[in-house]
Amino acid sequence: MSATEIDEINAELPHYEDKSAVSIEALKIVQKHRGWVSDDSLTAIAEYLKISPAQLEGVATFYNLIYRRPVGNTVIHVCDSVSCWMLGGDRLRDKLCRHLNVKLGETSQDGEYTVLPIVCLGACDRAPVAMVNGELRPDLTDNIVQELLGE
Amino acid sequence: MDRPLTQNIRADRDFATLADYRKTGGYEGLRKAVTDLGPKAVQQWVKDAGLRGRGGAGFGTGLKWSLVPIDPAPDHPPYLVVNADEMEPGTFKDRLLLEKDPHQLLEGIAIAAYAIQAQTAYIFLRGEYRLAAERLTRALQEARAAHYVGAHLLDSDFSLDIHLHTSAGRYICGEESALLNALEGKRATPRPKPPFAVVSGLWGRPTVVNNVETICNVPHILRHGADWYKGLGRGADAGTKLFGASGRVKRPGLWELPMGTPIREILEEHAGGMKDGYQLRGFLPGGASTDFLLPEHLDVPMEFDTVAKAGSRMGTGTIIVLDDKTCPVRMVLNLERFFAQESCGWCTPCRDGLPWTVTLLQDIVEGRGRPEDLDTLAGLTRMLGPGNTFCALAPGAMEPLQSALKYFREDFERYIFQNRPLKEAV
Repeated sequence: MSATEIDEINAELPHYEDKSAVSIEALKIVQKHRGWVSDDSLTAIAEYLKISPAQLEGVATFYNLIYRRPVGNTVIHVCDSVSCWMLGGDRLRDKLCRHLNVKLGETSQDGEYTVLPIVCLGACDRAPVAMVNGELRPDLTDNIVQELLGE
Repeated sequence: MDRPLTQNIRADRDFATLADYRKTGGYEGLRKAVTDLGPKAVQQWVKDAGLRGRGGAGFGTGLKWSLVPIDPAPDHPPYLVVNADEMEPGTFKDRLLLEKDPHQLLEGIAIAAYAIQAQTAYIFLRGEYRLAAERLTRALQEARAAHYVGAHLLDSDFSLDIHLHTSAGRYICGEESALLNALEGKRATPRPKPPFAVVSGLWGRPTVVNNVETICNVPHILRHGADWYKGLGRGADAGTKLFGASGRVKRPGLWELPMGTPIREILEEHAGGMKDGYQLRGFLPGGASTDFLLPEHLDVPMEFDTVAKAGSRMGTGTIIVLDDKTCPVRMVLNLERFFAQESCGWCTPCRDGLPWTVTLLQDIVEGRGRPEDLDTLAGLTRMLGPGNTFCALAPGAMEPLQSALKYFREDFERYIFQNRPLKEAV
């Protein structure tokens, strides 16, 4: 881990009663700097927090927003829950995937875009919605490719 | 002022700043609590006001607070945790409060923490709510600088720090005890109950977990009193509530209305009725884990006990509308896929029963359904029902299914016997 990563993890420590509680924060910090959490990163975090790599792996694979595989520069999360589904979210998602020539969970060949499904984003009055690198994109239409990729 | 929760939310500004919040009496409730009332009186005010939890279960908030054991000189004081992990499909109410008026939440947290004498509070925010995280972080800095949060806040003998924890995502984190495991840096599996969190919660300390909207009600009760608050409701339940509608209605959205507002008023007046060319077929009154109701239930008032009597739950109060051109069987399949995926896998009925439910529903819509599948599905709604699992995820998942089997049986049968939907899905 870099000095910056360790500093950021240390800044979280006083907020919790024990060191292992910082595991999710630590995974997020490392992912913020490296894009994903590699086996080496996972082992380094586990050593630093004095928990077993197996335990941390159990945590890392449990949560939706921790990536254990590399992702593209732009991560697109498309909502697949009920309100978006009713308003054609699946069809729009398929259109986006066809355009990028990826299946859900895959990264486009140029390494730019990863498309992932996500559960309800809490913007059902603006369905269908997606999230691009953490930013909400509501009111999607048949122009989804342009709306999300700006192409 | 009949819309206290949203009084500071205006179309002409992004969100209410500290100055905006103070203009409408902001932080005066906290001042009253710590200078005039004392913790026990604050609990009593909230009890008298009749505030019930807005996360879906409707447990009495003042009562929950009063269950925290009293220890005059604790080694470790209790914790307050705010559940801001809004992930119930169809639910989008807490986002508004978090993004548009962050100080309302912070004042509510300070008062609630004072009432249970917690010195540390956590806001457990879902990671996807990035805008909310930015605004809460800024608001927290302002509140600390203004002495509303921190050591000896408002020159009282009460000290409080508030930490913002952004989650890494999973629906199950919204379950109280799973949320506590997530805060402890573990997999978010629910804990067996008892002990309940108010006795043994975060790191084994007494912990109160309250929903965002619940906490946002508290400053107003302190400022204006229990009688005023009770007077806001139209029926048995007190206060106002954020109600919403999504699906094929003319104006999907969110409105703060009195508790006890009839569903018809929400869907017809506020949501503007159905979009042209669509009829109302049914609706889930309060999120994905509530039972379907029908147009015949439109005059039911939205409050905890009346919706329960009609056979469903008010839940989060955000209505998901089923129109006549959406297939209810496929809608239930979408819902059950969600629940199967989000099951933490900790207990067997949920881990195995939900994927089985999905398989059966998928077989039905893809033309492989058998007549006995409907009995198997009905059996699953009983096996995964209340009492057989550690938490409410699986029982919640069965609510839309059991009501769909009752109200939309024809749709299921048409797939099984004629291999096509009752109406062509659009």
